[in-house]
Amino acid sequence: MKFALKILKDFPSYLWSGWGAVASILLFIALWDVGNQVYGDLVLPSPLETFKTLVLMLHDDAVIAEIETTLYRASMGFGFSLILGSALGLLAGFFATASMMSRPIVTILVGMPPIAWIVLAMIWFGMGDETVIFTVIVASFPIIFVGALQGTRTLDGELKEMAESFNFPWHMRFFDVYFPHIFSYVFPAWVSGLGMAWKIVIMAELLATSNGIGASLAVARSQLDTPTALSIVVIMIASLMFIEYIILEPIKREVELWRD
Amino acid sequence: MERLEVKKLNHHFGFTEILRGINFTLDKGEVLSIVGPSGGGKTTLLHLCAGLLDVQEGSVTNTFKSSAFAFQEARLLPWKNVIDNISMSLLANGEKKSEALKKSQEIALRFGLEEDYFEKFPKDLSGGMKQRVSFARALVLKPSLLFLDEPFSALDIGLKKELQTVLIEMISKKELSILFITHDLMEAIRLSDEMLLLKADPGHIVKKFRFDLIQNQRDDKYVYGKSAEILQDEEIISTFELELK
Ligand SMILES: Nc1ncnc2c1ncn2[C@@H]1O[C@H](COP(=O)(O)OP(=O)(O)O)[C@@H](O)[C@H]1O
Ligand SMILES: [Mg+2]
Repeated sequence: MKFALKILKDFPSYLWSGWGAVASILLFIALWDVGNQVYGDLVLPSPLETFKTLVLMLHDDAVIAEIETTLYRASMGFGFSLILGSALGLLAGFFATASMMSRPIVTILVGMPPIAWIVLAMIWFGMGDETVIFTVIVASFPIIFVGALQGTRTLDGELKEMAESFNFPWHMRFFDVYFPHIFSYVFPAWVSGLGMAWKIVIMAELLATSNGIGASLAVARSQLDTPTALSIVVIMIASLMFIEYIILEPIKREVELWRD
Repeated sequence: MERLEVKKLNHHFGFTEILRGINFTLDKGEVLSIVGPSGGGKTTLLHLCAGLLDVQEGSVTNTFKSSAFAFQEARLLPWKNVIDNISMSLLANGEKKSEALKKSQEIALRFGLEEDYFEKFPKDLSGGMKQRVSFARALVLKPSLLFLDEPFSALDIGLKKELQTVLIEMISKKELSILFITHDLMEAIRLSDEMLLLKADPGHIVKKFRFDLIQNQRDDKYVYGKSAEILQDEEIISTFELELK
């Protein structure tokens, strides 16, 4: 609770520090406009046209429904990875054998291109929610698993001994000694896992489903509807930036104040 | 009577014999130091006495009501500020949060940690400051027995003196018993009532020295004089010869 308050209190100054980011986004939009003037509306619609289309789309219930479908799939897949990846990673971290055995599996999961997973999932699950959710899990699970694993593997034996010498009760050992350390590894892994989930969900939808933002993108492509395609891209990027910079980053800053 | 009694203590790590036939007693209000070269098994012996390692052979009987440990490195929790780090030991002992914070602030001031340090994280402290926090965390418990594992070895001379002065003050009032491990002969002479010489491979005690003058009356002259005298001793020479090589 105290923590939440502190995050809110520091929020304005955090936003203020974001001016540089805003400036660079504006510069990017300016370049985009130049691109429009050079290549024409079909190849690259102007920012203004794109944002007009975007506003229209956001007032369209059908589009909102597509967004909700995608959100549902992404959060199912990510939620599953979050819970299972954290739990299994922590568990594996406590046992040397388990962490050794999990390494090659992680390498396979990370090394295999997501597109290959999508193809396999389409064969196994057909065209639908399961295929997308499965692909999201396969892509984001190993990131979270590895974060949690490293968190437990790198626990400091000297601090454990200190806790023992002062007879820390179990809840202090967990909340004051282990948890902050593990969390400093797991939380960034959650953030990258979320980014990955969001990218993969669109890709899987584009190839394997008939609804969701990814599918809308495929439709826009086939109809050469560049303003809609760009608007969808803007929705994807804006939502990712919102989650990352407005929600996660301030939390991360507060949580990691103690770090160098 | 509170005391720590070690009898016929042997210890192995795997097939390596680390300690052989260690016997000594530490009575209440006394400072016992164990001096020996690095790698001689001093830390192992201290961990056995403090119950951080399981005794394999022989016995360790500790009837002191309470004890605390200050390590060679400060071992602070990096995610806790100075006051929270100090209060950890009190909280672990079941003290109320508000009370623990109050006591921690008091002792912090006594160890030269001013108020602007209270909220700092360990990453923003110098080595000396960290070691003060570590001492404060141990001593805020008012333990009747304090285990010290070369806590001064990483400090510069001024800071070393400062912390030693605080300890000597407590020792001279007989508030505190200390089992003190060091490879620094002068440190041991300055602080202890009795000094045991631990020779390596395997660690065994070869000699005992007693210093009767009360600690707060030992000046530099006394310490240098005693050191010079003791350094003539054959056993000392052969024990530390390893290090001189
Ligand atoms: N946990 C351990 N496992 C195996 N060997 C150890 C362990 N701890 C210490 N040793 C060995 O025991 C010897 C004594 O170590 P230590 O007690 O730390 O000596 P000192 O504190 O006098 O420098 C050293 O040779 C060290 O390598
Ligand atoms: Mg040692």
